[in-house]
Amino acid sequence: MKVRIKFAKYGAMKFIGHLDMMRYFQKAVRRARIDIRYSEGFSPHQIMSFAAPLGVGIESYGEYMDIEVLSMTSAEDMRLALDRVMAEGVEILSVNVMPDTVKNAMASVAAAAYRIRRKSEDARTAVAYGGEDAGGGAAEGFQIANLNEKLQAFLAQEHILYTKETKKNVLELDLKPGIYELTAEPDGAVRMLVNASSGGNVKPMTVMEQFFVFAGADIPQTACQVIRLETYADMAKEGEAHRFVPLAEMGKYI
Amino acid sequence: MRRLALSDEVLMRVEKPARYIGNEINSVVKDGERVAVRFVMCFPDVYEIGMSHLGIQILYSMLNEWEDVWCERVYSPWVDLDRIMREQNIPLFALESQEPVKNMDFLGITIQYEMCYTNILQILDLAQIPLMAAERGEDVPIVIGGGPCAYNPEPIADFFDIFYIGEGETQYRALLDCYLANRAQGGTRRDFLKRAAGLPGIYVPQFYEELYHADGTVRGRKKLYEEIPDTITKELVRDVTEVHYPLKPVVPFIKVTQDRVVLEIQRGCIRGCRFCQAGQLYRPVRERDADRLKEYAAAMLENTGHEEISLSSLSSSDYTQLNELLDFLIEDCSRKHVNISLPSLRIDAFSLDVMSKVQDVKKSSLTFAPEAGSQRLRDVINKGLTEEVILKGAALAFEGGWTRVKLYFMLGLPTETEEDIRGIGDLSNKIAAAFFETVPKDKRVNGKVQIVASTSFFIPKPFTPFQWARMCTKEEFLDKAYLTKRGIMEQLNQKSIKYNWHEADASVLEGVFARGDRRVAAVILEAYRRGCLFDSWSEYFHNDIWLQCFADCGLDIGFYTTRERAEDEIFPWDFIDCGVTKEFLLREWKKAQAGTVSPNCRKQCQGCGAGRFGVGRECGGKL
Ligand code: SF4
Repeated sequence: MKVRIKFAKYGAMKFIGHLDMMRYFQKAVRRARIDIRYSEGFSPHQIMSFAAPLGVGIESYGEYMDIEVLSMTSAEDMRLALDRVMAEGVEILSVNVMPDTVKNAMASVAAAAYRIRRKSEDARTAVAYGGEDAGGGAAEGFQIANLNEKLQAFLAQEHILYTKETKKNVLELDLKPGIYELTAEPDGAVRMLVNASSGGNVKPMTVMEQFFVFAGADIPQTACQVIRLETYADMAKEGEAHRFVPLAEMGKYI
Repeated sequence: MRRLALSDEVLMRVEKPARYIGNEINSVVKDGERVAVRFVMCFPDVYEIGMSHLGIQILYSMLNEWEDVWCERVYSPWVDLDRIMREQNIPLFALESQEPVKNMDFLGITIQYEMCYTNILQILDLAQIPLMAAERGEDVPIVIGGGPCAYNPEPIADFFDIFYIGEGETQYRALLDCYLANRAQGGTRRDFLKRAAGLPGIYVPQFYEELYHADGTVRGRKKLYEEIPDTITKELVRDVTEVHYPLKPVVPFIKVTQDRVVLEIQRGCIRGCRFCQAGQLYRPVRERDADRLKEYAAAMLENTGHEEISLSSLSSSDYTQLNELLDFLIEDCSRKHVNISLPSLRIDAFSLDVMSKVQDVKKSSLTFAPEAGSQRLRDVINKGLTEEVILKGAALAFEGGWTRVKLYFMLGLPTETEEDIRGIGDLSNKIAAAFFETVPKDKRVNGKVQIVASTSFFIPKPFTPFQWARMCTKEEFLDKAYLTKRGIMEQLNQKSIKYNWHEADASVLEGVFARGDRRVAAVILEAYRRGCLFDSWSEYFHNDIWLQCFADCGLDIGFYTTRERAEDEIFPWDFIDCGVTKEFLLREWKKAQAGTVSPNCRKQCQGCGAGRFGVGRECGGKL
């Protein structure tokens, strides 16, 4: 049985890298006594895969992993069993049994929504988004006047070019096709929906840097907190441009 | 949510920020306002090493089981964070509460190897605790040292308020109660230390002075107070089955050296190898009951989610319930998809059978530790392993499909000759030959056998029969390594043999610290001030600075290393009673020089002195 698990990662846990999160979940699945399927061979490993890696320092309320299990009682039992063995800063948000025909999470990732806010001056560690500790609105905004108009003007450009330096060469790339939505939040933070597929992944801070230049705002990268809000698959039918669906809900569209 | 001590900006700048955030599974968070004692346990090396240490997990779990105590952890900040903390004046913090270490009641430092001494100073310095114990004020945490290096505490005596000599499980409650009573009565730091000095196993170095002869050797000791003891006897656990064991060890987020459940099956060792300090310090051997270990294994796997379990002891093959325990583990772990790792097993038919069940024969290697190249020298060091046994074991293993062999030797052992050194190449060659003899050409899986011979340099340690021995100079060590290499190159099967050796500079320094006296502290302090840190990491070891510091402090390295001690010399560590007597050690030293072996404890008790604890099954109550 294929099970899709959605989780949040925030607070101190944002400093745990992708590979370490995989190790963390391998151990968590054992602690929660989940009847996970193992591969064959001399050193069997758990059948487990993650949707889209999250950079160190980024928080998320829309992380996904798929596992295969041999048996389970109910999705909610599994959610509770896993949630009970989590470290502070990782929450199991949902568990969904997926139809066998559904594409795995990693191959399905098409887009992701992000919130980018300013870290408060004394931010030791970011507070939970929307949680009881959530910081007061304005303190998290960028204090850029007419933010939304500027974002729209930025997005209205024909191209949003930036140069990317790799080890081998310098590339001139266009961000524009990968940005699907870009809006100001009521508290002055920025929300965006961007391409997150393996072929066309757009890094939210790359967009922000270009925007800050465009808006003439002098805000260093280190002052920004990126929060991934959701990860989407594209379930567009013939003729449709996009139809972004949270990975957890893909089963409904089959 | 907990606030972190370091800002996001700092955490994003350092390598592996997970080293500093705490929050691991099974780490213990209590309300700091509601406990009477705040304790921080420290392993003075980088997180990945410190987190792999069983001793800290034991004490951490035991102290936290007491409601009135909160024990936290701290490790050496790596060099990148070290620099930032100094620049920004950030005080060292405990991982769990993220609060400054300087606000705690106790800082306990486990001292597992001599090369961490400058890291101890780093911990104190970053914690903003005065380096010299004598200069610490009332509000400064009490700094306690423990672990094997505490058996010769003198080179670092100036930096500690207390040394705890022996196994940690027994006296901590009494020590903390003593602290609480002193606080309730409004006593001072000194009042507490005076009380503590009366507890078994507790040594308060600032109450003693070391006296020297004109030639620099120790003349004796003077104590400040009549009522404090002359001799400190090590603490030991009487019943290792009933003593506390950490069933919920902390599970790190990042990969650490020992990323697995560790089952300590016994303490002590029956063997009595003459170079081995642990073999003497932890006498007599005490086994943990196998049924209890089975329960522990199940509970610990469940509480951690680890995918591997390992047995820990000085010599697992001597554990009398090994068959029973392994049968259970093999069955239980294969069901749970858990790997078993089996270090320190003697290679024979039984262990090969077990190993073939738990590991991929093609990928794993066999380990032999002959320690010396010739039978003569193995008799000197009382290493019972014979060439016949090694070759038989190797042949059996080759038949079973193994093709990789690791061999460990020491260079610079007492009485060593060129002949003994050549023996290393000879033995390696014979093992390779055994492969070609046992495995027919068409059955050679990888077509060849791979033998890796490694040598380390012998360092005489306190409380061993070799505590009187002369240690080699760096030049002698390197000559010996060169001779070993040449000896291997001359072998018929030299293509199958790879040779590794260690650098010699750090070994010389370790030799000074191991048998040093109180005067060595000045050198350690000076080297730390000049930037020495992480000396056990070869890339950060600055031998030139160390040599200069010895010269500037007027201390002669040779006095501590290359000088053979007279039989009646008083050693800096003689005031500690580790169980075995100096008479026994001297007897063994003489037998070593005569090349006479001593049977192990199970064959015949040697009357080492540890029998007086009345806990060793082998000891038969003999003195
Ligand atoms: S008293 Fe005898 S049996 Fe006991 S540890 Fe010493 S030598 Fe071994």
